[in-house]
Amino acid sequence: MKLSNEEKSMLDGKDGKARQKAMELLVRYGEALGAERLVATDNIAGVPGSSNPFLAKYYHQHGGGNHDAIFSLFDLDSDEIVEVPKASAHTCHLQGGYDPDNWQLLGASPEGFKISQESEAYIAGRGVQILKTCTPYLAGNVPKKGDHCAWMESSAVVYCNSVIGARTNTEGRESTSAAMLTGKIPDWGFHLDENRLGSHLIEVDFEIESVMDWGMLGYFCGEVVGEKIPVLNGKFKADLIRHKHFGAAAASSGGVEMYHIAGVTPEAPSVEAAFGGRKPLEVIKYGLAEKRRTYDNLNSRAKDTDVDYVMLGCPHYSLEQIQGAVELLEGKKVNANTQLWVFTSRAVKAVADAQGLSKRLRDSGAVLVTDTCSSIAQAVPPGTKVAALDSAKQTHYLPAIMNIQAWFGTTQDCINAAVTGRWNGVRP
Amino acid sequence: MSVDTAVLKGRKVVGGVVEGEALVTRQTISGWGGINPTLGTITETRHELRGVSFKDKILVFPGAKGSSGWSAMFHMTRLSGTAPKALLFTEMTTKVALGAVVMRVPSMTDFDRNPLDLIETGDWVKVDADRGIVEVRMIAPRSAALRTGS
Repeated sequence: MKLSNEEKSMLDGKDGKARQKAMELLVRYGEALGAERLVATDNIAGVPGSSNPFLAKYYHQHGGGNHDAIFSLFDLDSDEIVEVPKASAHTCHLQGGYDPDNWQLLGASPEGFKISQESEAYIAGRGVQILKTCTPYLAGNVPKKGDHCAWMESSAVVYCNSVIGARTNTEGRESTSAAMLTGKIPDWGFHLDENRLGSHLIEVDFEIESVMDWGMLGYFCGEVVGEKIPVLNGKFKADLIRHKHFGAAAASSGGVEMYHIAGVTPEAPSVEAAFGGRKPLEVIKYGLAEKRRTYDNLNSRAKDTDVDYVMLGCPHYSLEQIQGAVELLEGKKVNANTQLWVFTSRAVKAVADAQGLSKRLRDSGAVLVTDTCSSIAQAVPPGTKVAALDSAKQTHYLPAIMNIQAWFGTTQDCINAAVTGRWNGVRP
Repeated sequence: MSVDTAVLKGRKVVGGVVEGEALVTRQTISGWGGINPTLGTITETRHELRGVSFKDKILVFPGAKGSSGWSAMFHMTRLSGTAPKALLFTEMTTKVALGAVVMRVPSMTDFDRNPLDLIETGDWVKVDADRGIVEVRMIAPRSAALRTGS
């Protein structure tokens, strides 16, 4: 790889040991990718320094156990423990495993919670923004078009590339932590114009309206294009929420990191522009048959209609979605045999508190949870056999992780299930 | 009985020389939500290798899929002593590149022919990532076309 003088200086240790170790890792990573150079970034979303009982125990035995040890030996994959300075680029912390208010409800161990709080304080002290969400773009981190970013979290990555038009690969913990100290990331993949063009054309011949519709379309796209870049052509009106659910689904069933919607997303003024004048590798139709097949795939692990648990908030709910859930619950109560947990970020919860929405949820018997989700925290109410979800992404992961059944449907279907204790969703 | 052998050439991702038994899958592998790093096994529900251990194997697979937690999960296999001995893969992504780097195992890609067509589970494979060469000793005979790549 060709390094600039600034980068060489970091690699030589002139900016301190920690930046040297971070640059060493970026060079190893860039060479593994076959990248020619690094690119400057000032927007990083990762999980720097995050600890858990496994890492805490391991680095207590191998390296003295303090937070610098975990950051040096795990985040930077260094063989030497270095003193970790403040971030040199804007960095936010994505979701974690513990809600500071509801960790006991979610069944977390006091030891795990304590470890997570300590690592949070450590990294906050290094200037990292504690957003603790999979939706940083709803909690104050909104890059602008063309910005080079280094983000983890597949649903945030696809949103960043497709809806915002900023540029990021799906980075990992170690690369984002190294970027935090250097402001650099390999100039590869989605940072380069030629890798952002569409590959497959998806022709949609009917209206895609509800969040559920968008989730199914995303799930379908991921299944048919895998890691490639779908270009959607049809009559679309998608708000932020629908993009969020579409991208999260496409990134779960496949590895979609970018998509275009002709006439809608910033790098696709037209179908032709989205393909950069090239021909699509394949033209794929999404009609009623495809929609039904996707619905059946998503609901393949659901059988019993008594619902124990309703989970909303994957990806983390926006303020409008919390408001929507509150309105659907108006004058109703969550069933005695069912629990309803709604997940969001701390920033959105602060506003929901101020609006009185959190209280209205509580009054209905629901709980507003922050920082995490059922899949990440591996937490469902005790005894849960059947869950109801309005997220295709969560439906992809949760049944496998918790070995439970899960129904997928509209937010209204989920609220109905929370109130009646029964699933009454309808196949489209 | 004669033993079939073959040689592949590819690009070094992570350097090093190692040999061992191949574990081959045509399916991509998820890190977070797809493996148990303390046991070194595949856990994804519908994966053809579900329940199978990759510890100390030469893992031959298309590449990585799923969550951005891929590298951290495979990083933990190194700490747990359950990592594969080497990675041979066909689709380069940031997930698999970073995972290979932090696992610190010899890794290669960009082969002159498809290792998924040539190598079978149980074959004895020698990986010399520094020189970009993979030598395969096959446990079962293959067709002449596969051996020579013609």
